[in-house]
Amino acid sequence: MTDTDAPSPTVLLPGAPAGWSRRDFIKGVIASGVTVSSVSYFGAGCAAPLPAQTGGVERLLSLRVNGQTRRVDVAPNETLATTLRYKLGLTGTKIGCNRAECGACTVLIDNVNHYACSSLTHRVRDREITTVEGLEAEDGSLHPVQQAFIDELGPQCGFCTPGQVMSAVALLRANPTPTREEAREAMSGNLCRCGAYDHYLNGVMRAAGLTTLTASADTGEV
Amino acid sequence: MKDAMAGFELYQPTDLDTALESAARFGEAGWLLAGGYDSLDWFKDRVKIPEAVIDLSHIGELHGIREVDGAVEIGAMTTLTEVSRSPLVRGRFQLLADAASEVASPQIRNAGTLGGNLCQDTRCWYYRYGVDCYRAGGNTCYAAAPDAQNREHAIFGASRCVAVSPSDTAPALVALDASMVVRSVSGERVVPADNFFMEPGVDIERMTVLEAGEILTSVRIPPTWADAAFYFEKVSDRNSWDFALASIAAAFRTDGVTIDDARVVCGAVQCIPRRLRSVERYVSGRPRTPEGVDAAGAMAVKGAEPLSYNGYKIPLVTNLVKRALRSL
Repeated sequence: MTDTDAPSPTVLLPGAPAGWSRRDFIKGVIASGVTVSSVSYFGAGCAAPLPAQTGGVERLLSLRVNGQTRRVDVAPNETLATTLRYKLGLTGTKIGCNRAECGACTVLIDNVNHYACSSLTHRVRDREITTVEGLEAEDGSLHPVQQAFIDELGPQCGFCTPGQVMSAVALLRANPTPTREEAREAMSGNLCRCGAYDHYLNGVMRAAGLTTLTASADTGEV
Repeated sequence: MKDAMAGFELYQPTDLDTALESAARFGEAGWLLAGGYDSLDWFKDRVKIPEAVIDLSHIGELHGIREVDGAVEIGAMTTLTEVSRSPLVRGRFQLLADAASEVASPQIRNAGTLGGNLCQDTRCWYYRYGVDCYRAGGNTCYAAAPDAQNREHAIFGASRCVAVSPSDTAPALVALDASMVVRSVSGERVVPADNFFMEPGVDIERMTVLEAGEILTSVRIPPTWADAAFYFEKVSDRNSWDFALASIAAAFRTDGVTIDDARVVCGAVQCIPRRLRSVERYVSGRPRTPEGVDAAGAMAVKGAEPLSYNGYKIPLVTNLVKRALRSL
């Protein structure tokens, strides 16, 4: 190995080609099954030395995510958003404010929408977690909410979109035929800095219509 | 470094006795985790760095809403969504359902608990920022300075600290004459909601009477105010997420003309939910008249001491009281 072949100092995975993007890196790590419990680019939270276990939770746990059981090493102070993004590679879940104040990290826990940035991963052991990656049908087609958001031009910059999708899915699973006011209320925990709220709301109502159409084979106007 | 929590031991007891033992063992170094959304903010800001976090979410007996001898008992870990949708609560104490449904955002209500909403710390941002104010054990109040940003702070009952009670459900529970059931390894005590919250003049570093090692296990609402005429209104800058600038929770017994008895409680104007006893006394036993409504509104703010930027709360509270009475 010559000097010029040496990995760039910013590349964390031994042997990884220089110039990888962070996303490539994360996906590579997942593909190779390398343990990343000390991923340092996320900050001191993950990498900080933890006190020895003295009766607290076991770090190694099984998570039910998108219908799969995933074994993962989780620090006691680790949030679900961190685990999903940096350990399980499910980067569809975004971290915006990291303070339960924006909704970009919204995921479903037992079909109820929660902020993953502010939920400890250890708390959701034995629960069914659904992220935006878990919504597509087996044939790869989009969830009706996703399709409706595209049709109604919901996303502009798109950063809040996965969270918006998850809140809409949670609403429609609990209440398949919401009024517009109910939908507005149900979506009120998701910020959109582009201000595309009405587009998203149109999308929710369109998705509700589609769901109804599928169920009743009604051919009326959506 | 913001956003990175310090390490802690996490305990997840599945029964209350184990939780109480852990709470007693760690004392001030322990942290009781309810819904967790506010707790994690404290940890990420590294303003609070507990050694041990005791997660109460896996303790079955802290969850659920049940009827006990005519009273409704709500486990402290029952989520605000569950409280706001419960047929039992809605059927008899709509006031509490209304208050719970106006807390923060849907996701926060899905995780946030009734106990956590009642026991949460104040939102004064000077204090939250981690400065050495009175409440944090220091010797000054940054929010009461003439040029301080104190739009959200107290107009009543300040004693060195001018922070306010942030809870939406607390005024409702005070109005309903609820009781808080508190457990520790040495037993159980039941505290009336009216006495549960701590004034800064008594103990400036706590928001409730809970001592280290104690756990609020449930809230009991007696049948006293079941099916009364209720009024809840929360005024905040945003319709979602936001804390109240002022709120009112009121319960009335009325025959349609005369108000027989009343409870009128304001949130976010004092460090504790402020019960407007003079208003309650004044309106009880009288027919409701426009003059009486105006007099009650004026009475509600007697003795208010606004800071530089929160004088608007005086007409706000006046109007909330008048609207509550006009709703009858």
